[in-house]
Amino acid sequence: MIISHTPAPASTATLAQRAAAIEAALEQRGLNPAEHIEAQAHLIDEQWLPENGARVVARAWTDAAFRQRLLTNGRDAVAEFGIQMPKHHRHLVALENTARLHNVICCTLCSCTAFTVIGLPPDWYKDLEYRARVVRQSRTVLKEMGLVLAPDVEIRVWDTTADTRYMVLPERPAGTEGWSEAQLASLVTRDGMIGVAAI
Amino acid sequence: MDGLHDLGGKQGFGPVRYSPNAAVFHAPWEQRVNALYGLAVKLGIFNMDEYRHAIERMAPRHYLAAGYYERTLTSLATLCVEKGVVTLAELEQLAQGGFPLALPSAPGRSNQAMRERFVPGDRVTVRTDLVAGHVRMPAYIRGKHGVVVSASPAYPFPDAHAHGVAAVDEPTYDVRFEALELWPEAAEPAGVYVAVFQSYLNRRSDQAR
Repeated sequence: MIISHTPAPASTATLAQRAAAIEAALEQRGLNPAEHIEAQAHLIDEQWLPENGARVVARAWTDAAFRQRLLTNGRDAVAEFGIQMPKHHRHLVALENTARLHNVICCTLCSCTAFTVIGLPPDWYKDLEYRARVVRQSRTVLKEMGLVLAPDVEIRVWDTTADTRYMVLPERPAGTEGWSEAQLASLVTRDGMIGVAAI
Repeated sequence: MDGLHDLGGKQGFGPVRYSPNAAVFHAPWEQRVNALYGLAVKLGIFNMDEYRHAIERMAPRHYLAAGYYERTLTSLATLCVEKGVVTLAELEQLAQGGFPLALPSAPGRSNQAMRERFVPGDRVTVRTDLVAGHVRMPAYIRGKHGVVVSASPAYPFPDAHAHGVAAVDEPTYDVRFEALELWPEAAEPAGVYVAVFQSYLNRRSDQAR
């Protein structure tokens, strides 16, 4: 088979045309792409939601035994909520923030995340700027993104270079004593579980 | 491969274009393409390591100019052509225009013959391998010292799995590096934790503390 690697001609098809072309080719081979696209749209809208991780975090804030299970084996712990992870994500590590320690996750080589737990990655997470800079200029990058950390807070950056997945377990905010798990979960955001936003 | 995708620590980039609650997709075709590559993996047309490597093989000027889902689209199309599912001519006819693909792959490699088991606290040095094919060792840790903090279950070895080369699964170790040792006097202090495959690691020879 001959594959052309010459520079794209001036008449390069638009991205929408190219996407439609590969979909049409798979359709012609009887692989039912439209059905799969529809099914995945439902998963994105209904199941792969940051609200999953938010429930996990709220439980960890209120149940010390659960927090220990989460820190020991994240994959099994989120399964208690019915949250599935893809087969190739064989390990989930929860990273506990404290008053003196702040964790943040990234993927410098591509854009891997625990998407079934914290949601699909936002645009900026996949951009070149975040991937290039956060490992080397973590404090400045976080500050630019609106998260100012005290000088005595140690920063730990986790680069998702294999199929182990990470999520940040933020600190429980002050003044939330007596809140229900549901109330607490409503505070937890995707960006908080990536580690770029305060809760 | 020492490709442009290997961005960790590269300088010259401006601020992250951040907004709270930022969108995942920006056009309908992006979600469709994201689903299609998932379908192809599910059907066994290619695996995740082949998928990642086909993104890395994009011509550098194409990679840097493309958004995330154009990279997904290009990898999906490249692998479907390379695996004989579709021809480039057919894709270009359906798209009514040019369809740039990724460049050809270099050969892969199997696991290192000599691999050690590590436990948390072990001091390790990343090997200095230069790999033309797929590799999940970011260049910024090459030859650097770190400390193992945890171990994962065994995973397919990406350097082999992206190329159809036989290999055994091996664990990855979360290794702590110091930003100030990765980029001496040229980084902000932080612990940088990287999931490193067993084949990329040696026990540190000088165990002096």
